[in-house]
This record gives sequence, structure tokens and C-alpha cells, in this order.
Amino acid sequence: MPRVIEVKNLVKRYRKADTNAVDDISFSVNAGEFFALLGPNGAGKTTTISILTTTLAKTSGIVTIAGRDIDRGASAVRKNIGVIFQQPSLDLNLTAEENVRLHANLYGLYPFRPWYGLMPEQYKKRVHELANVLGITDALFDPIKTFSGGMRRKLEIIRSLMHRPAILFLDEPTTGLDPVSRKNLWEYLQQMRSQERTTIFLTTHYLDEAENADRICIIDHGKIISLGTPAETKKGLIAEYLLIDAKDRKALRSELTHLGLAFTAADLFQVSLGNKTAYQIVKELRTPLTVLKIHNPTLEEAYLEMIQKEIRE
Amino acid sequence: MREFNAIITIAYRDFTKFLRDKPRLLISFVFPLLFIGILGKTFDANLSSTAGFNFLAFIFTGVLAQVLFQSTASGVISLIEDRENDFSQAVFVAPVSRYSIILGKILGESLVSLAQAIGIVVFGLILGVPLTLGTLLALIPAAIIACFLGGAFGIFVLANLGTQRRANQIFPLVIFPQFFLAGAINPIHNLPPILFFLSRITPLTYAVDLVRNVYYAGTPEYAKTVLYGTVTNLLVITLFFSIFLALGTYFFVRNERNK
Repeated sequence: MPRVIEVKNLVKRYRKADTNAVDDISFSVNAGEFFALLGPNGAGKTTTISILTTTLAKTSGIVTIAGRDIDRGASAVRKNIGVIFQQPSLDLNLTAEENVRLHANLYGLYPFRPWYGLMPEQYKKRVHELANVLGITDALFDPIKTFSGGMRRKLEIIRSLMHRPAILFLDEPTTGLDPVSRKNLWEYLQQMRSQERTTIFLTTHYLDEAENADRICIIDHGKIISLGTPAETKKGLIAEYLLIDAKDRKALRSELTHLGLAFTAADLFQVSLGNKTAYQIVKELRTPLTVLKIHNPTLEEAYLEMIQKEIRE
Repeated sequence: MREFNAIITIAYRDFTKFLRDKPRLLISFVFPLLFIGILGKTFDANLSSTAGFNFLAFIFTGVLAQVLFQSTASGVISLIEDRENDFSQAVFVAPVSRYSIILGKILGESLVSLAQAIGIVVFGLILGVPLTLGTLLALIPAAIIACFLGGAFGIFVLANLGTQRRANQIFPLVIFPQFFLAGAINPIHNLPPILFFLSRITPLTYAVDLVRNVYYAGTPEYAKTVLYGTVTNLLVITLFFSIFLALGTYFFVRNERNK
């Protein structure tokens, strides 16, 4: 599959800063992929996305978007990308249609016309199609002010898809949305994605949003700490183990040693699973157990553990 | 063609936004009305006979030029704030040259200022400022030039300021001295040397003088109200405009991505 985003040794140090906001990261994204950049606040997500969308100059490294270098081919890169910003980017005093029309004009899709009525039929058809999907046909000519937060977000997505970009960048798109709007937005985005076959580059600090991605890249303090499919990420992040104890601790200890299991003994015995299942291990033990627990965190818990560990270090 | 399209789009957006923003529309008229209505009328009642010219018309022309200049300048400066808000974020990732963004912004804010000027003219007529249709038509090109000079000045200020907060702090400092040095409401025919020097390096001086050139052309009051001829004004304005636009655009484009 062709690579639409390639990042090599990307570094960004802001002026007057002592440390790198983005510290030598490399990754690539394939065409049609849903790629999630995950990390806590201040990890370098927005910095990365700003560089990739040509609004911020990098310090060093090579970035290619849709086959074009982001510095030398900035204009060509811009033609090929759509961006949903962290901050809303609609004009509240303009109508939904005007917001979409100005965007289309800016991208040179249709020549500028001051009124909707003067726009070509092709444009009208496309706008109505998209408005239909959103269910805002009636409100198309109302000022955005009257729209809910979730509705506005959807309109931004519609707008960014007008020029059929190869890659859609979404910078924490669900910030400030209530859970229902968040869920709706995701359903809509998945639908759009299957229709338009757009590559999606998402930044988020919500793990559950990243779980639907093809690949998850976790960054913190400007460095990549994990990169892989959700399953791989889960495997890498999550340490599964048994917590057990017995009245006769001495017997248990010698038995564990005898079975060749890796363990640490504190208040409880923590036994690594290795390539066995918890059930297999328990079945092998003869010493009567007083405590038996399986530590199997969710991805969310594992992610939090990892981020907290990072912070402590 | 795409760039032209973009310039028009950006300008149209600015203008439409202004027309839809009722509070801003209202506020934009208050300041000039205070100056012309209160200050103009007061001076007119007390000083016109001594000065030998109509003080109301003098202040009207000064405030008109000043509003066109200042409103365009401050509108262009809002580009700093816009970059992090609303539609402008999208403008900056669109495949549009930064030069087109600046030109579109200057054009749009000029239209906004000219719309405000219509309000000022109507108010002037109500107050009894002598205005013929011929004078009004002749004032249009001068008004547009005042806007463009303000727009270029705005880009120059903008390029040298990092944040909207700083812009809000600095802008009054670069605009109010001009207001007085340019003689928008005060005659500056006779000035002490230092003030004379400062007033002549003030860009707004020439915008005000250009508007008065047009307004007072062929009247007996011309010599008492106007400083230089139209040609001199146009030359100086062109010079200021070119320097501001070139340096402002250069620094703006350079600083915009280098943070």
C-alpha cells in the first residue's frame, strides 16, 4: 500500500524553549489507513499535526505528505489535506452554506459568487447531498450560531471533505462534546470514511477513540513510546499476571521455583504468565491457595499506568 | 485565477461578517459621532469665526480620514487573533498564498471601513456639514486610498507583534499620537519644531491632508486648512504604503510559521 504520510527524524524545538516539543520521531501512514496519535496533554500531538498540516515550521527531519515535501511543496500538500482543528473554525455569523461555500471558493473548486443562487448546479447538488447525510437540509441557510456543538463539528467535517482531500487530519475533534454527540460524530466519521475512502490522521487523548484505529502511535514528552495495531499496543502495554498466596508460603515458593515460573514475592506472590494461561498455572499448583487473583487490566487502565509511570520517571 | 478567487473570498467574508455583527456595527459609529457631533459642534460654535473657516467641516474631514485609516488598520491586525479562531484557521491551511491572504484582508477591511464612512457622511449631512454630490463623489478615491494606507500600516504593526494581547496594548499607542499629530481635529499649520517633525513623519497626516485637498479644492478656505498639494500627498502615501506593505508582508510571512 502506498504511504501517504512519511515522517523521518522529526524534531521541533520552539523558540526560547530548552527542550524539544517533538523529539526525533519517525513513522509512516498508509493510504486509506486510520492512524491515531495518542498521548496526554502536552505530549506533542498538536505540534506534530501543525507541522504535518504546514502551519508550523519544523526544526529538522523530513516530512512527506502525499508524495510532496512539506516545505518545498507546501501548496500541493495543502491541496491534498483537510483539517479539523482543535478550536472550532466556523464563522458563527455566517450560515452553514456560506461556511461551506467560502471554503469551496478558497480551494478554487468553484469561482466566487456572492449568493448561493449564483453558484453552479454541481455545487448545489454536492451541498445538498452532504446536508442530507447530516440531516440539516432545513437549517442549511441558518447562522451557525443556532447549531449545537456536535452539529458544528459535523459541518466542519463536511466542509473539509468538499475538496476531496487524500488525508483528513483531526486534532482532538471531540473536545468539548457531550458523550452522545461524541458517539454520533464517530459513527458519522466512520460512515464518511467508508464512502470517501479518506486516510484519517487523528490526535486524541481518549483511548477509546483510538481503539477503532488501524494503528495507534502513543507519544509522550515528544517521543514515540509505542506504535502498532490496537491488539499489538494492548499486548505491549498490558502485563498480565497472577496474584496468589498460601498459608504455607514456603511450600508455595519452592513449588513455584520447581515449576520454573517467574515470580516476585511481596505481600502476595506475583506470578508472570509467560506463555501459559492463568488456568494452566493454577491447575499445576498443589499447595492450597488462600488468595487467587488475575491481574488483567483494560487497555484504558494500562494506558493510564504507562502515562503515570512516564510522569513519575 | 485561484489566488484572485481567494482574495475576493477573504474580502467578502470580512465584509459579510461585519454586516452581520450588529453590536460591532453600532459601536463603529459611536466614536466618530462623538467627535464630529460633540467636538465638531463645540469648536464650530466657539472657534469658527476666529479661525476663519468652518470648524465642523474641518473636524468632519479629519475624522473621516482617521476612521478609514484606523478601522482598516485595526481590522487587519485582527488577523493575529483570527489565526487561532474561527474560519481563519482554515484559511491558513488552504492552498492559498500568504500574500493573497494579506491582500484579501486589506481589501475586506477597507470595504468595512468604507461602509462605516457612509454612516459618518450621513451624520455629517444631518449636522449640516456643507457637502455637494460632486464633493462626495470626489471623496471616494481619497477614501479608498486612506483605507489602503491604513491596511498597509496594519500589516506593518501586525508583523512586529506576536499576540493579540500585545497588539491590543500597543495599538492605541501607535494610533492616538497619529490622531493628534495628523491634525484630524486640530489645526497643525503652526507647530513647534519637534511637533512639526513628528507630524510630518506621521502617515495619517497625509491621508487627512488628501481628504481635505479634495474637500476644500477651489474654496477660499483651502490655504488655511490644507498643508500640501494632492500630488505631494499621493507621493508620500505611495512611499509609506510600499514600505509598510513590503516590510510587513515579509516579516509576517517569515514569522508566521517560525514559532
